[in-house]
Amino acid sequence: MSPAQWDLPPELCCRPMAFVALTGLDVVYNAIHRAIWDAFCANRRADRVPISFKVLAGDHEYPKCRTKRTSYEWYIPKGILKTGWMNKHLNLVPALVVLFYELDWDDPQWKEKQSECATKVEIVRDKFFSHRTSLQGRNTKVAVVLIQKKTPLPPGEDLVASERASALCGACDLSGKSLFVLPHTDHLVGYIIRLENAFYEHAQTYYYNEIRRVKSHKEFLNKTTHQLLFVRHQFKMGFFSELKQDTQNALKYYRTAYVLINELRAHETNMLEIKTMAGFVNYKICRLCFQHNTPLDAIAQFRKHIDLCKKKIGSAELAFEHTAWMSKQFQSFGDLFDEAIKLGLTAIQTQNPGFYYQQGAYYAQERKQQAGQLCGHEPGVGYPAPDPLETASGALDFYGQRPWRQGHQSIDPPDSEKEKQGILALQVKERDVLHSELIIALLSNAVAQFKKYKCPRMKSHLMVQMGEEYYHAKDYTKALKLLDYVMCDYRTERWWSLLTSILCTALKCSYLMGQVKDYITYSMELVGRASILPEEQKSRIEKNLIKVLMNEVPEPEPDCDPVSVKAAQSLWSDRISLAGNNEITIEVQDYAPFVQCKAKFLSPSFHIDEPVQLHVYVRADCPHPVRFSKLCVSLSNQEYNQYCLLEDASKGKDILESSSQENMCLVPGKTRKYCFKFVAKTEDVGKKVEIMSVGLMLGRETGRYVYLTWRGGWGDAASSHETLQASRCFKKRTRFPEQQVDWDTVSIQSSTMIISRVPKISVQLTHEPPTLTNEMYCMTVTIQSEEGTVAKDLKLTAGLKPGQDANLTQSTQITLNGSEVCDDSHPALLPDIPLGDLQPGQKIVKPLYIRCVSTGSRILLFHVAYSVSATVEGKDITCKCHKDETVTVETVVPFEVAMKFVSSKFEHLERVYVDIPFLLMMDILSASPWPIELVNSEVQLASSMTAIDQPMSQVEGVTLQTSECASECFLLKCPPVQNGTSTVASGHYIISWKRKSASAETSMVRTIITLPHVMVENIPLYIHAELPSFGCVRESLPVRYRLENRTGLVQDVEISVEPSDAFMFSGLKQVRMRILPGGEQEMLYNFYPLMAGYQVLPQLNINLMRFPNISSQLLRRFLPSRIFVKPQGRNGDTSIEAA
Amino acid sequence: MAVCIAVIAKENYPLYIRSVPTQGELKFHYTVHTSLDVVEEKISGVGKALADQRELYLGLLYPTEDYKVYGYVTNSKVKFVIVVDSSNASLRDNEIRSMFRKLHNSFTDVMCNPFYNPGDPIQSKAFDSIVSAMMVQAC
Repeated sequence: MSPAQWDLPPELCCRPMAFVALTGLDVVYNAIHRAIWDAFCANRRADRVPISFKVLAGDHEYPKCRTKRTSYEWYIPKGILKTGWMNKHLNLVPALVVLFYELDWDDPQWKEKQSECATKVEIVRDKFFSHRTSLQGRNTKVAVVLIQKKTPLPPGEDLVASERASALCGACDLSGKSLFVLPHTDHLVGYIIRLENAFYEHAQTYYYNEIRRVKSHKEFLNKTTHQLLFVRHQFKMGFFSELKQDTQNALKYYRTAYVLINELRAHETNMLEIKTMAGFVNYKICRLCFQHNTPLDAIAQFRKHIDLCKKKIGSAELAFEHTAWMSKQFQSFGDLFDEAIKLGLTAIQTQNPGFYYQQGAYYAQERKQQAGQLCGHEPGVGYPAPDPLETASGALDFYGQRPWRQGHQSIDPPDSEKEKQGILALQVKERDVLHSELIIALLSNAVAQFKKYKCPRMKSHLMVQMGEEYYHAKDYTKALKLLDYVMCDYRTERWWSLLTSILCTALKCSYLMGQVKDYITYSMELVGRASILPEEQKSRIEKNLIKVLMNEVPEPEPDCDPVSVKAAQSLWSDRISLAGNNEITIEVQDYAPFVQCKAKFLSPSFHIDEPVQLHVYVRADCPHPVRFSKLCVSLSNQEYNQYCLLEDASKGKDILESSSQENMCLVPGKTRKYCFKFVAKTEDVGKKVEIMSVGLMLGRETGRYVYLTWRGGWGDAASSHETLQASRCFKKRTRFPEQQVDWDTVSIQSSTMIISRVPKISVQLTHEPPTLTNEMYCMTVTIQSEEGTVAKDLKLTAGLKPGQDANLTQSTQITLNGSEVCDDSHPALLPDIPLGDLQPGQKIVKPLYIRCVSTGSRILLFHVAYSVSATVEGKDITCKCHKDETVTVETVVPFEVAMKFVSSKFEHLERVYVDIPFLLMMDILSASPWPIELVNSEVQLASSMTAIDQPMSQVEGVTLQTSECASECFLLKCPPVQNGTSTVASGHYIISWKRKSASAETSMVRTIITLPHVMVENIPLYIHAELPSFGCVRESLPVRYRLENRTGLVQDVEISVEPSDAFMFSGLKQVRMRILPGGEQEMLYNFYPLMAGYQVLPQLNINLMRFPNISSQLLRRFLPSRIFVKPQGRNGDTSIEAA
Repeated sequence: MAVCIAVIAKENYPLYIRSVPTQGELKFHYTVHTSLDVVEEKISGVGKALADQRELYLGLLYPTEDYKVYGYVTNSKVKFVIVVDSSNASLRDNEIRSMFRKLHNSFTDVMCNPFYNPGDPIQSKAFDSIVSAMMVQAC
């Protein structure tokens, strides 16, 4: 019996297909036959009918059919199912034998061929039906296929063919349905498919008859003696139904068979047979359920099966057989499940094949354990001879029977001595089974499944089991690899109980392999706080660890295989004697070792003129005190490392010897503090100094040592959670005596900034905000030293603070020279203005001038830098200090200028007229909070305008207070323009002004304002009046109207004077005249005012005949409309009289 | 009654775990730990169906050959796991539910203790006795 004795037979596991034998084909030498055969076997996809074909010789011997008994009365069955039965019906007994014969309908030698064919049919039948005369022979049918060269005519047309066909049928004793024609033409595959469909029908009929035949036995059976037969028959019917592809009925038969099996009387002798058959039938049921896509039925059946069989252990001496069988049940169900999933079934997390593999592995483990208990024979006990497991045929007759008592069905074994020998033989065999291999295979199957169904923890658990199994199988390398892989999962999830158990196994593995580094790593973790081992275990491990560090061989771990321990001990002594490679570095962040470390800077920043202080806290939580030989801190600037180093001075001395360096001994549970101090380099000002790592050396540099490093200066796999818990905890902390620290309260500060020395100078700014646009704004910086020594190389950086709006940089200028106005060439920020040295108490005043071209707020920066010598910790250093002063200034416009064009009558003008004088008016409105002095103003006229008289500034020397307004005007006129109307530039207005300040001398600013453009228009007729500035009542008022023709045409002008109440007048009341080009006419009137006060002059209506669009209204604008009339003098009181 | 009762923190480490002393303690620890796979999956599933969020009882997590593992998750994602012997067929779902409810009440009392730091292992006598009452009495 091989280790695979529990495997299900392949004929059980395959999908049964109808068996059809093909004879008369010479597939080796005949190309046509070969092609036909290929067409049958190639491309058997799911859409082809399920038939398994076999080519057999014409005279092939088929299994003999036993004489069927007519009565079961005296028959006692010897077993449930014969081992050969399934194979017989799958591969030996065909449902149909097909004879291929080359014969065309018009064959010249028809007669001869026909009889040859008949003979061949006869041979096949003879081989088959040796008991043909008996009615109980096989029901296998024979069919004949004629291979023909010609394509047959449609049925009924070929009279010769039908006649000869029936003759052939007669000769061969065939029914018409069993004769086929296979034309060997192009469409071979098509014909073959039709043929095989016909074969399939025959096969189905055959299996149908077989089922009926088996069923017919039932009436002869009785329940007392033929229980086994009931099961056998149900199984057979199920199997035939499967061959018939009637899976529904097959399932029904198998289910019945299963029920019947459980009704069998079970006792120790037949337990194995019953379980074997139950397993077979269960397999079939589950398989069909999966095939029918009813996985829940399959699972339910399997559960039922397991529940029923779990307790059927059978012989106690062979208990391992039961667990082996159970394991196999689970495994094969897992396989079935997995196969169904591959075909499209969806499994879920809680119901996947992994569970079955896992359970299979569990039983395999149990089997191993039982085998260990039951097969632990004395070494002298050998395999019994003669071999009780030997059978005459080399195989069993019935499934699940004992080789030494086949066919025996009574309750007690027939020969107790033989029974003993048999059991012994089985036990001896079991002893040689490689259980671990079986277990690991099952576990790895399960791992693959659980990985697929998102069960990481289950996966880890199974991997631990695998690792342990490898450990038992003495494959320590693989064991360690697996355990190491999952360890971190348990560590990060903080399942210390599980981690401890894994670590213990891993420690054993590493001990047995002599792996120093692993040994040390695991020991460190097992001794520490993450382990839940009892104190004495920890103590033992720690002692071993110290031994290893002292380069000695550690004590073996308990419960190890003694042979392996021997090998390990020699391995270790080799390791010890080997020089070199004694340095081991362990990065602790992936472990939770027994030493904890926290390193911190005392402050998040240190000034350059004070020493940087660093504390390192170390704590051990092992059972015994431990001494270390070196503690070093690695900082981001390596140059400081030398100051942060603590080394055992007593080099070379024994590790356990009590040295003066009590300091370097870690007492369990107590926190040690180590202080380091160093002076930072001046180059590091403004830089961060970080703790890269803290290293702690256990052991001796001379011997073997372990270097533990904490990256970032603290923290291992467990500490982040501990810190969190500690921070949450609000328990009142117990007071610790002096020199002792509560570990949990130590906070982490793993980096610090080196910052410059605090400056001892004062920087003051004096100015008068806001600034006015374009002015040279004066800011006075006063720097006073409060240093004790000379401040050297004083430098001032002043101006716009960088990082503001880019436009501000463009529109801000700064200079030291206030006498001249800045322009674009001046920068926004004046860097490093050297101010020399400053004696203690000395003061520097520096005026700066800033010109802001645009309004808005600006942040100005005044940065004073200097260097000073200082002494820190006895070291002289030159410290650079600096002080920043920033100020926000607002810039506002100093004044606003409004300009307008008005006529000489101060009427607002939309447009001006050629050669006619007008006024340009300026209003200067102060917007500055400070008084402004207007120094001067002038207009710079464009060529298109001329001043009528010498324009003089009227605002010169005027001082404007906030929101006061100054105005001035200039009399201008426009020379003629080209074409009637055009827009012309007017020129510029320049105001020179300065801030009127009491404190500082301010410089003058010229502000240039562009005058607006104006529309200039030609006018055809110009009229103006000459009249006195005022009149008197009843005194003649001479008025002269002058009309100028400004065109090149003769103009007809109609003039009329309208009467007025206030005036009498003399002169032409209505006149029509003609004015020559460029000529002028004068009209003389004598007005005689009648009333005093402002009086409306008599209105002049002018009508230009040639220019009807020039209204008299427009022309009238050139004329005064009113005049002031004075009342008459006191001496002449005539007016009163007249009134 | 239960053979193992465990309280698991939000971060999936054990706060309290107790099993009958007759069988391997380690085995139960593994059983509880592996059951967290299913708990995690169920919790993430609940997130999708907000309506179901009030149901704290997760039901049977997974059946093994010998034990049934039941789960329960509080609103603060603390998990309770009860392992029951498979052979104990008399135990119905309702009884398991009431066991969890009792456990939850007792756990709430533990949390209410001002001297208890959440996240620390539970070391309450009252909680212990509640758990003991639910455990199979080893005789």
